[in-house]
Amino acid sequence: MSVRDLIALSATEAIAALKAGEVSSGEVFTAYRERAEEHGGAGHGRLNCFSWIAGAVPDDTPPDAALAGLPIAVKDLFCTEGVPSQSGSKILEGYRPPYTATAVARLQAAGAHLLGKTNQDEFAMGSSNEHCAFGPVLNPWERSRVPGGSSGGSAAAVAACLAPWALGTDTGGSIRQPAALCGIVGMKPTYGAVSRYGMIAFASSLDQAGPLTRNVADAALLLSHMAGRDEMDATSLSLPGPIEMPSATDLKGVRLGVAAELGAQSGEMSGGIEPGVRRAFEQARALAEELGAEISEVQLPHAPHALAAYYVLAPAECSSNLARFDGVRYGLRSEAEDGDGERGLLRMYTPTRHDGFGAEVKRRIMLGTYALSAGYYDAYYGRAQRVRTMIAEDFKRAFERVDCILTPTSATTAFELGALTGDPWAMYLNDYFTVPMSLAGIPAISIPCGLAGEGLGPGGAGLPVGLQLAGPAFSENRLLDVAHALEQAIGFDGSRAYA
Amino acid sequence: MIDRDEVLHVARLARLSLSEQEIDSMRHELSGVLDHIEKIGELDLADVAPSTHVADIAGALREDEPRRCLPPDAALASAPARSDDGFLVPSPQA
Repeated sequence: MSVRDLIALSATEAIAALKAGEVSSGEVFTAYRERAEEHGGAGHGRLNCFSWIAGAVPDDTPPDAALAGLPIAVKDLFCTEGVPSQSGSKILEGYRPPYTATAVARLQAAGAHLLGKTNQDEFAMGSSNEHCAFGPVLNPWERSRVPGGSSGGSAAAVAACLAPWALGTDTGGSIRQPAALCGIVGMKPTYGAVSRYGMIAFASSLDQAGPLTRNVADAALLLSHMAGRDEMDATSLSLPGPIEMPSATDLKGVRLGVAAELGAQSGEMSGGIEPGVRRAFEQARALAEELGAEISEVQLPHAPHALAAYYVLAPAECSSNLARFDGVRYGLRSEAEDGDGERGLLRMYTPTRHDGFGAEVKRRIMLGTYALSAGYYDAYYGRAQRVRTMIAEDFKRAFERVDCILTPTSATTAFELGALTGDPWAMYLNDYFTVPMSLAGIPAISIPCGLAGEGLGPGGAGLPVGLQLAGPAFSENRLLDVAHALEQAIGFDGSRAYA
Repeated sequence: MIDRDEVLHVARLARLSLSEQEIDSMRHELSGVLDHIEKIGELDLADVAPSTHVADIAGALREDEPRRCLPPDAALASAPARSDDGFLVPSPQA
């Protein structure tokens, strides 16, 4: 099999080829490793999606291992024993953990091999991958533009075909939004479905690991090998049943919902949804109807407040989670010069955190600390927790009438590097459609549904647009089935973005 | 607009040192974000219970029995400064 043919195989197809003996796991690993080295590192014109690439090809794997030795790219914030795990931050530069995250360990036990660690926004805070201490990641569709974030490195690697699939994390949209901007599939499972043990934490009540893949079937396969209760993570849950491979070919009997507050006609956002994105969304909706789905309007009255609530809760949780970075046990340590005025342990804590954290991280720590401080706790954090309850209830009520909710994943296609870094709230608006599902803890998936933006992208055909589908907690199988049926009907071709 | 003293107070709580320039930009950026966040002040949330957690989990504790844990050398391996059996830090009295 030629390298070109080999890399064109989806993860599911590649595993079948490996099991059939058509190709060896060594050959597959070598092919991807060479592509990752050539296109995925830092430097002129390259995508900078990898902060670390495996130096050696693993010994051939027995073909009866479920994942047959297929390589996988893993977001930097997953602890991988002995391999740099930096969460995109200077404060953890070169850190090699003494253990491996459960999600990764389960995949390795199933036969997956670690291809590389991918760049990300620092501590998973960002929607453009520009806040990475190791440089921005570029979008393979248009290299002057962002891949989205914070799992931008994973998304770009899959979109450029430098890895067959990748692991990312989603706190407010960090898998779904880069998947949309890079024209691939990205899924955030139900909160608790995948263990967070070994994931360098950002916001503990929101963080979830999930797949970034070329198609929905691959996402289901990857999820099936990661999901399930882990005794090392007390917030992880057993799913009611195994994750099944999707098979639906139409949407007969499926009830879909669209919400005025999220895309059907968004108030704050209607000015902000790019016309091309709106067109692609409406086309996908029409296609769903042709496939037999019944579409109705649902109400999510508190969805417009989700972003504000999120930007209280997530920074508050991060301010607590990032307190551990103090120069004591791991990572960077800086010390104050004599005469700087600091005493005792503050001589180490404050300069370490000043030198080690980037601007966005500092902003969020400050925001979170403020929201939790005496005098402000009830007004901000207390209120945000209540808004969260209302949003979860809005979804529960909507799901009494529909099986899945349809929204655009992002209001825009990939924007230019530097376009939004000057205005924090403008950057946060990228999470508008994804944050409500995170707050409610429900699963959601983004699939590519078209292109928009004449003159942009390879051949000037446009940049990818993502369609988001959300379902009630633990409805992964139905969600994957609906997404799969739509995906097959849409027939999106992402190969133009291959490096 | 949050004032300079509040920024310094919060920075202290967060163990962040900020330069003069950073104090100023942080004031503006935080105030800008807080303006948008204030939105949640509009809602009537009197009878709503706060969510600390989305899923209803109870009894997630394991049996209280000793188990193998990270060996001390592995735990100290990444330390910027270590002694035989501990992390070395500046003296709190310094």
